Amino acid sequence: MTTMLNVKDLRAYYGQVQALHGLSFALNEGSLTTLLGANGAGKTTTLRAICNMVRSTGAIEFEGKPLSGKSTENVVRLGIAHVPQGRGTFTTMTVEENLQLGAITRTDKKNIVADIERMYEHFPVLKERHTQQAGTLSGGEQQMLAVARALMLRPRLMLLDEPSFGLAPLIVRELFKILGKINREDKVTILVVEQNAQLALELADQAYVIETGRIVMSGSAKDIANNEDVRKSYLGY
Amino acid sequence: MELFTNQVLAGIATGAIYACMALAVVMIYQAIDHLNFAQGEMAMFSTFMSWQMMQWGVPYWGAFILTLALSFAGGIIIERLLFKPLAKAPVLTNVAGFIALYAIVNSVAGLIWDFTIKQYPTPFGSSPFLGSQLISTHQAGMIGITLLMLILLFVFFRFTRVGLAMRAAASLPESARLVGINTSWMIALGWGMAAAIGSVAGMMIAPVVFLEPNMMLGVLIYGFAAAVLGGLTSPFGAVMGGFLVGIFENLVGTYIPGVGNELKLPIALALIITVLVVKPAGLFGRPIVKRV
Repeated sequence: MTTMLNVKDLRAYYGQVQALHGLSFALNEGSLTTLLGANGAGKTTTLRAICNMVRSTGAIEFEGKPLSGKSTENVVRLGIAHVPQGRGTFTTMTVEENLQLGAITRTDKKNIVADIERMYEHFPVLKERHTQQAGTLSGGEQQMLAVARALMLRPRLMLLDEPSFGLAPLIVRELFKILGKINREDKVTILVVEQNAQLALELADQAYVIETGRIVMSGSAKDIANNEDVRKSYLGY
Repeated sequence: MELFTNQVLAGIATGAIYACMALAVVMIYQAIDHLNFAQGEMAMFSTFMSWQMMQWGVPYWGAFILTLALSFAGGIIIERLLFKPLAKAPVLTNVAGFIALYAIVNSVAGLIWDFTIKQYPTPFGSSPFLGSQLISTHQAGMIGITLLMLILLFVFFRFTRVGLAMRAAASLPESARLVGINTSWMIALGWGMAAAIGSVAGMMIAPVVFLEPNMMLGVLIYGFAAAVLGGLTSPFGAVMGGFLVGIFENLVGTYIPGVGNELKLPIALALIITVLVVKPAGLFGRPIVKRV
């Protein structure tokens, strides 16, 4: 298996405050990896650092190419889609315009139209509402839209920041099922940051646990799920 | 009744100019959250450039198109040189920047072309429009050009990729970057377009107010009134606001005794204050629907 994303000694800062203290991890191509951790552990910051949305040092390589010094939009153009915390929906635009925006860097017009149809198959509720202002969708629908928008990039790597946040358990299950399908069928490598550790570990094949800006544990999702400390701290039994 | 129709039509004609200025102001406001106080001066400078070209023998429509292109480029250059570095600066720094730009453009225009009033040609003539005494051909032309420009802009923002990207960048910059949009250049593009729209307003109003470095001051204040009335968050509202302010201005000037040309400007200012107190979002600046 080849390494798709390689993060080495990542340190990130908000002004004077250091949020990541030398984080290192790697993602294999085609894998579905989860990054677990409590509030404030640095999960979101890690994703933001990959997309250069926060000041950071260290080395991040994507498919062998260094990402440092690249602007956020240029990182995205390499095929890294980021579904941010809070979903980043363009609330004043229609559902369909949101999907078109996901593909704004692409020029293959025909495929874009086909991809929008494909998204409607993945997420039928979006089709029903495609002319509706995206801000009027429910939280779950907006999360579906955010994932669909990210997929419109035809990404090689997808970063998801707490996709389960604020959603009903049933919706979360549905969403995770779709994520698994996308990972298997579309061969999109996925890194998902979650507080819902149980679900994330069921879905993922690799897992990292992060505490106060450092990786404290890594391994296969199964091993991590069976680890005593993880069970006590994150799974609650 | 004829006086009324006449005043309304004349109001629509000048309203078209206010609509252009309001639209230019709103475009920049949407992109960077600041009011461009120098919008009028930029338009004035553009108008002088077109006048200069005509002095050199360029035909009217050639000068018109060239001026549009030069203004577009000029808007982009101003943004890159002056306002991009100020992007993260406090509000007051930006306000100072706009006032500086206002003063510089105004003085440079005076330096090059001096402050005497100049005649500015109209390509439409000033005979009665279609034989009717209600409106002149120049006024009809002003309305026509504005409507044409508005339709083009609508099509651009609604149906093109760049238009969609510009709207996205203005509404949510961070999300826009996350789909791969270079938001910084979208802002520059917005400046270019605003400058070009302003130049059309300048070239259309110049035959009416005559060409001189301070010609756009009153027009810009009416443009601000229009933008505030329609809602600073709504380009459509800004345009409607422009037409409404134009009509309002003329009717008040005609029917309320004591309000001559001298008192027309305070009316625009009173309108701004009234709207900000009564309905700060403006007529069309609808609140964003949001569900969490």
